[in-house]
Amino acid sequence: MKVTIDGIEIDVPKGTTILQAARMIGPEVAPPTMCYYSKLKTSGGYCRTCIVKVTQGSTANPNPMPKPVASCRTEVMDGMVVQNITSPEIIEARKGVVEFLLINHPLDCPVCDQAGECKLQDLGYEHGAAKSRYEFKRREYEVIDIGDKIKLHMTRCILCYRCVKVAEQLTDGRVHGVVHRGDAAEISTYIQQAISNDFSGNVIDVCPVGALTDKTFRFKQRVWFTKPMDAHRNCKKCSGKARVWFKGDEVLRVTARKDQWDEVEDFICNECRYDHKKTADWTIEGPSHISRHSVISQNHYEHLNELKVQLMKQQKALGFMSIDKKP
Amino acid sequence: MGRKLLIHNDKVPGINTLEVYRANGGYASVEKALKTMTPDQVTDEVKKSGLRGRGGAGFPTGLKWSFLAKPEGVPRYLVCNADESEPGTFKDRYLMEKIPHALIEGMITSSYALGAKRSYIYIRGEYFYVARILEQAIAEAYAAGWLGQNILGTEFSHDCYVQVGGGAYICGEETALLESLEGKRGNPRIKPPFPAVAGLWGCPTVVNNVETIAAVCPIVNMGGDEYAKIGIGKSTGTKLISASGHINKPGVYEIELGVPVEEFIFSEEYCGGIRNGKKLKAVVAGGSSVPILPTELILKTAKGEPRLMTYESLADGGFQTGTMLGSGGFIVMDEDTSIVKNLFTFTRFYHHESCGQCSPCREGTGWMEKILKKFLNGTAEESDVDLLWDIQSKIEGKTICPLGEAAAWPVAAAIRHFKQEFIDIAKSKKFVDISHYNRLNKIVA
Repeated sequence: MKVTIDGIEIDVPKGTTILQAARMIGPEVAPPTMCYYSKLKTSGGYCRTCIVKVTQGSTANPNPMPKPVASCRTEVMDGMVVQNITSPEIIEARKGVVEFLLINHPLDCPVCDQAGECKLQDLGYEHGAAKSRYEFKRREYEVIDIGDKIKLHMTRCILCYRCVKVAEQLTDGRVHGVVHRGDAAEISTYIQQAISNDFSGNVIDVCPVGALTDKTFRFKQRVWFTKPMDAHRNCKKCSGKARVWFKGDEVLRVTARKDQWDEVEDFICNECRYDHKKTADWTIEGPSHISRHSVISQNHYEHLNELKVQLMKQQKALGFMSIDKKP
Repeated sequence: MGRKLLIHNDKVPGINTLEVYRANGGYASVEKALKTMTPDQVTDEVKKSGLRGRGGAGFPTGLKWSFLAKPEGVPRYLVCNADESEPGTFKDRYLMEKIPHALIEGMITSSYALGAKRSYIYIRGEYFYVARILEQAIAEAYAAGWLGQNILGTEFSHDCYVQVGGGAYICGEETALLESLEGKRGNPRIKPPFPAVAGLWGCPTVVNNVETIAAVCPIVNMGGDEYAKIGIGKSTGTKLISASGHINKPGVYEIELGVPVEEFIFSEEYCGGIRNGKKLKAVVAGGSSVPILPTELILKTAKGEPRLMTYESLADGGFQTGTMLGSGGFIVMDEDTSIVKNLFTFTRFYHHESCGQCSPCREGTGWMEKILKKFLNGTAEESDVDLLWDIQSKIEGKTICPLGEAAAWPVAAAIRHFKQEFIDIAKSKKFVDISHYNRLNKIVA
C-alpha cells in the first residue's frame, strides 16, 4: 500500500498504521506519541498528540477525513495522503493538546526523577507554547506507594493508560487501573493494594512522565549525571538484557533497554531491576546509544569511546595491542 | 393537528399493560413482519421510509441496518440506547414510561429484520423506575408469547433484556454503552471498527435510540412509502420533541417534521408561547450540545426563509447561522435569561461527564468551566472571551468521541451570537443576575 506523509511516499504492508508508516520514513516526519506503545496491544488513541490530517482517504475514496485522526490507531489505505508537520492546522492543534496536558501538570521538573528522560518535557519543548494561559489551581493528589518499590505521583500523570496495559498484558492479576471520571480520573490500585509480581517494575519504564518512579533510585542522582551501559546477566525470568546506569563505579539503577522511539526493547523482571545493583552482577556490553538530542548525552562519553576505538585501532596498526574486545 | 404515530394513545388508561396495548392495535407490526415479510423486506421498508436516527446524529436507520455485517455462525445483537442523558431531552422516558410495549414491539420487529436473537435495552441508572416498567412489560410479552422461543409459531426466537447503567452521560455514546454493557468502565472505544462490524462482545451490533426503534412499528404497519410522505424532503415521519424552558406548556410533543419553529413555540397546540408574556431571547433546538440560536436566527434562516422543524432547515447556514435538530431537546429562553450563566450550567455538566480518556476533553472542559465561573464571579477579563473561544476550538474535533464537540459547540455558539454579553460582564467587573431564580448562585458561591 502506498501512503504519502508530508509529501514523502512510502510502500507499507496492509494493516500498518499511519504512525508506523511515518516512523518508517524517519523521526522528522513521525508524530510525537505520549500514550501509544508499539509493544503494548490496544495502546494509543488517548493523548491526541499524534493527530494528523488525512487530506485524501484513499485512491478509491479520495475524500479527506472530516476530522484530524489519531495516527497511532488509524490504519493506512492505499493512496492515502497525510499531512503532519506540513499542516499548520495540525501544528496548532498539537500545541493545544500539549497545553491541555500541561495545565494540570505540576511542572516540578527540578525535583522530579524523570527530568531528562521525560517525554512531556520533550513534547513541551518541541511542540508547546512558551507560556501557559492557565491561571487556576492545579490538580493535587497525595503521593502514594504502590508496592514497596514504586512511588505514584498522580499529580504528574497524563493518563496515558500505558501502565494499565502493562499490567493487563504482562503480568497476571491486574490490581491497578483508572478510577473516577473526567479530570478527576486517576491511576489507582484496588484499595491501595500493593503491586507485586515479577514484571510490575516495567510500569516505571513505560511511564512517559514521572508519575511512576523507582523507589530504589529516587533522588539518588539526576539522570544526566549517570552513564547508561547495555549489560546482561543470566536470568531465568526474563531475557536479562538491561540498561545499567552508573555513577562512577556504582550501579544506581537498572532499567530495560529502550529503542529509538523510547520504547522498551525487552521487558525485564523485578529481580534484574531491583536486586542486582553490583557491577559484578552484570556483563557490560558497552555504552548505550543515547540520542544526541537527549540531555543524557551531554557527557559525550559515547563520543569519547569512539575516539578510544580510533586510538586503539591506531595502536593495533602500530602493533601495540590486539583489538578483539570492543570497549 | 399533526399526525401522531408514536404517542397517539398515551392518554388511554392502562396503555402500559399488554392487554390494553394489544386492544389498541399493538404488536400488529410483529404479526405483519413475522408472518408476511422476510427480514430483508422489513429492512427495505425502513430504508424506504427515510427514517433517521432519533438519538441526535440523524443517520439514516435503514442504511445503518444494511451496514450490519452478517458473518455465518456469529450472533448479532440489537441494542437499544435508552441512556437518554442530554440535558433538555426527556422524550424517551415519556415513551417508555407511558407506552413501554411500543418499545418492546419495535425491538422484536427490528430484531427480526436484523436477525438478532438477543437484544438489550440499556437504560440509564436514573431511570430505574422506568426500567422496572420495562421489565414488567417484557414479562407480560414473554407470558403472551411475543418473546421467547418460536414467536407466533414461526422459526424466529428472541430474548430481550433490560440493563440498567450506572448513570453516566458518556454511556449514551454507542461504543461506551457497549463497554458498559459488557461490564467494563464506560469509556468510548476508538473507531474503527464500528459496532456494525465488531460491537457487543466483538459481534456485529446495531445500536438505535428508543424513538427510532419505536418508529419501526408504524413504518412496518403503514409501509415505508406511506411513512415517507409525512415530513419534508429527507426529514420524514414524526419526531418527539421535549420542549422545556420559559414556555407556557412544557412537555413532550409529537410533531410531523416540517412544522415551522415559530408555530411550534407560539401555537396553542404545542408550547403555547413564552410564559409571563416575555419576549423570546434564544433557543437551544436539539439538546444542550447543539448551538444556541438567537430569536432572529431561530425563527428565520439567514436567507430570510421561515425555519422549520426539520434536520435540514435547522442546520441551514451551518454553524455560522444554523444549529441542529439533534435529539429534539427544545430549550426556550426568554429575554431575562443570562446566556453566560446558562452556558456555565452546560459546561459544568460536560466537565462533570467527561470520561477522562483523551486529553483535550478531560482537561479542556474543566478549564472552560473555570473561566466561565470567573465571569459569574465578576473577575473575568475581556481577553477571557478569546481564550474561551480558543480552548473550544482546540477541543472540537480532536477527541475520541463526540463529547468533545458536545462540550465545545455550546461555548462556540454562545460566543458567536452573544459575545457582547460576555464583554459587558467582563467590563463591568460584576455579574448582574437577570434571571428569576438564583439556584445557581449558591453553586457558584
